[in-house]
Amino acid sequence: MPEVLKAPLVVEFPFTRSLGPVQSAFLTGLRERVVLGVRTGDGRVLVPPVEYDPVTAEEIRDLVEVAPTGTVTTWAWNHAPRRGQPLTTPFAWALVRLDGADTALLHALDAPGPDAVRTGMRVRVRWAAERTGAITDIACFEPYDGARREPSGHTGVFEDPVTGIVAAARLDYTYSPGRAQTAYIDALSGRRTVGERCPACRKVYVPPRGACPTCGVATSDQVEVGPRGTVTTFCIVNIKAKNLDIEVPYVYAHIALDGADLPLHGRIGGIPYDEVRMGLRVEPVWTEGARYPDHYRPTGEPDADYDTYKELL
Amino acid sequence: MSKEPVAVVGIGQTKHVAARRDVSIAGLVREAARRALDDAALTWADIDAVVIGKAPDFFEGVMMPELYLADALGAVGKPMLRVHTAGSVGGSTALVAANLVAAGVHGTVLTLAFEKQSESNAMWGLSLPIPFQQPLLAGAGGFFAPHIRAYMRRSGAPETIGALVAYKDRRNALKNPYAHLHEHDITLEKVMASPMLWDPVRYSETCPSSDGACAMILTDRTGAARAPRPPAWMLGGAMRSEPTLFAGKDFVSPQAGRDCAADVYRQAGITDPRREIDGAEIYVPFSWYEPMWLENLGFADEGEGWKLTEAGVTELDGDLPVNMSGGVLSTNPIGASGMIRFAEAALQVRGQAGEHQVEGARRVLGHAYGGGSQFFSMWLVGDRPPDS
Repeated sequence: MPEVLKAPLVVEFPFTRSLGPVQSAFLTGLRERVVLGVRTGDGRVLVPPVEYDPVTAEEIRDLVEVAPTGTVTTWAWNHAPRRGQPLTTPFAWALVRLDGADTALLHALDAPGPDAVRTGMRVRVRWAAERTGAITDIACFEPYDGARREPSGHTGVFEDPVTGIVAAARLDYTYSPGRAQTAYIDALSGRRTVGERCPACRKVYVPPRGACPTCGVATSDQVEVGPRGTVTTFCIVNIKAKNLDIEVPYVYAHIALDGADLPLHGRIGGIPYDEVRMGLRVEPVWTEGARYPDHYRPTGEPDADYDTYKELL
Repeated sequence: MSKEPVAVVGIGQTKHVAARRDVSIAGLVREAARRALDDAALTWADIDAVVIGKAPDFFEGVMMPELYLADALGAVGKPMLRVHTAGSVGGSTALVAANLVAAGVHGTVLTLAFEKQSESNAMWGLSLPIPFQQPLLAGAGGFFAPHIRAYMRRSGAPETIGALVAYKDRRNALKNPYAHLHEHDITLEKVMASPMLWDPVRYSETCPSSDGACAMILTDRTGAARAPRPPAWMLGGAMRSEPTLFAGKDFVSPQAGRDCAADVYRQAGITDPRREIDGAEIYVPFSWYEPMWLENLGFADEGEGWKLTEAGVTELDGDLPVNMSGGVLSTNPIGASGMIRFAEAALQVRGQAGEHQVEGARRVLGHAYGGGSQFFSMWLVGDRPPDS
């Protein structure tokens, strides 16, 4: 049995975010080196601000400037910063209650080591040199033993406010397709399609997933299917999909390989797109070095009778 | 112990549009929730629990957004939970909320579903580049179009049916101020002349991509007695699921959908849905799913659903109007789309549907499905309580 496959899977996407009035003011403020909180119904000042009162659920819009200096309320040392974190050298994740605020803001605290950090220590904002209206406009916090700085009383109204941000999301996985698909992929390298049969319902799954989704039992009995098959249904794709180097129009089909009990999906070639039909008999066309058939082409056999594939659409 | 009857006493929607750049996600859900509270003449303090739903986290890239939405939905200090069932989530969310009331756990529950598709990427979320797998070859509609062709082959339906559905739904949307697409100059010819994207699916037969939220206030008999407007009563509600792919899966008429409808009708005492139900809000993301689901839901025999569409039965003035609101074909904030179906069904039996009201609608079905025909959720609502 081949060794189970593994590969990195990175998913990342630059999501856009509309900020709404409160976050817009907060992030625009950071761009202008002003830290804003919001006053709640019971008179507390929340930093970072929220749009709705956590106690009364009422809309809150009373923006209040707080000082760029504050006190660490708790912290944790980060020995090994990872990609995208505020600092590349080890730092403390700290909750900082800014002077004038009643809640604490999470950010990085640049300190020489964990021995230099304690709850209750005084810190101040270190502003980023280039600011765009993002939480990273605060580069980090740094130890500060000077006097408390008083805010200027900014009301949160700015020229050219930031109304949206791009939040890049990235997740790193190690992906393994598991035993059954590894065996399937291994067989494909010899241009053979091997599915697995359910010991209970006797259906042959291609590609196999290691268990029958209907019976809930493991499949292990390997069954070679195809290489020929029948187009059971299809559509004609007229719009170019991103990242796909296929000329449109082309036919995307469900193909039931001979011996398989559900169809797999593939492109049909070697025939004008408008002559493809349900029941067309096809065979795979391989290209050198490819893991999957490039497409399927007609075999020239008579079309399959509808009754032979109507359960395999 | 018998179940507590469940009443819908408040409904709120945002005006669905392509992009709501003026509000955060919190601001969007707040708008719908506020309107539902106003409709029910209730305040945040009257709500005992909050149940919310949205499409999978990957779509908008906000992990567990329900956590940060607690403030906006007045849920601080109350139970708040989230339901995940892909495209059917709006329906399932409403049913989870309804079950809390039916079981007597809570008296009054706010339920809400949303999606900001403008800040989301559903196609990306659904087609991650999984190693060793063949990339998806066909794009969004390519998943659905082969099933539609299978339906056409099986039923012998004429090729024009899909366009008739789209033309009807887009005209219905003109009567719904909350609908996203308002195509004032829509004609059947324009639908037919729109580009064929994934043959047999034309551009005008596909759903738009919308930003929107929908909220409902569900309550018990005591709450219903205090409501300022007529309530809608849940007569039956059910959910079913099945695998996305298995040998014998019938994508044209999935078993889980048939079973789900049968359960709802059994609860409601419906034996002839075609005669006893006055209208339906059905999840139709591509036009041809109207005749397909008409059969799956028991409104027509197998292979006969298209005849209802062709004969005008499903038109707003037909005797089984379908998607009076304009449907998913006119408004599709994915996570909210199922709840909009449920809410529109309730609006009809409350007599509050405005210009798209079906005269005398007493029993209306709300339907949602999702996850590659994997999850189904439905409810039947009526203008009077069950067993009355």
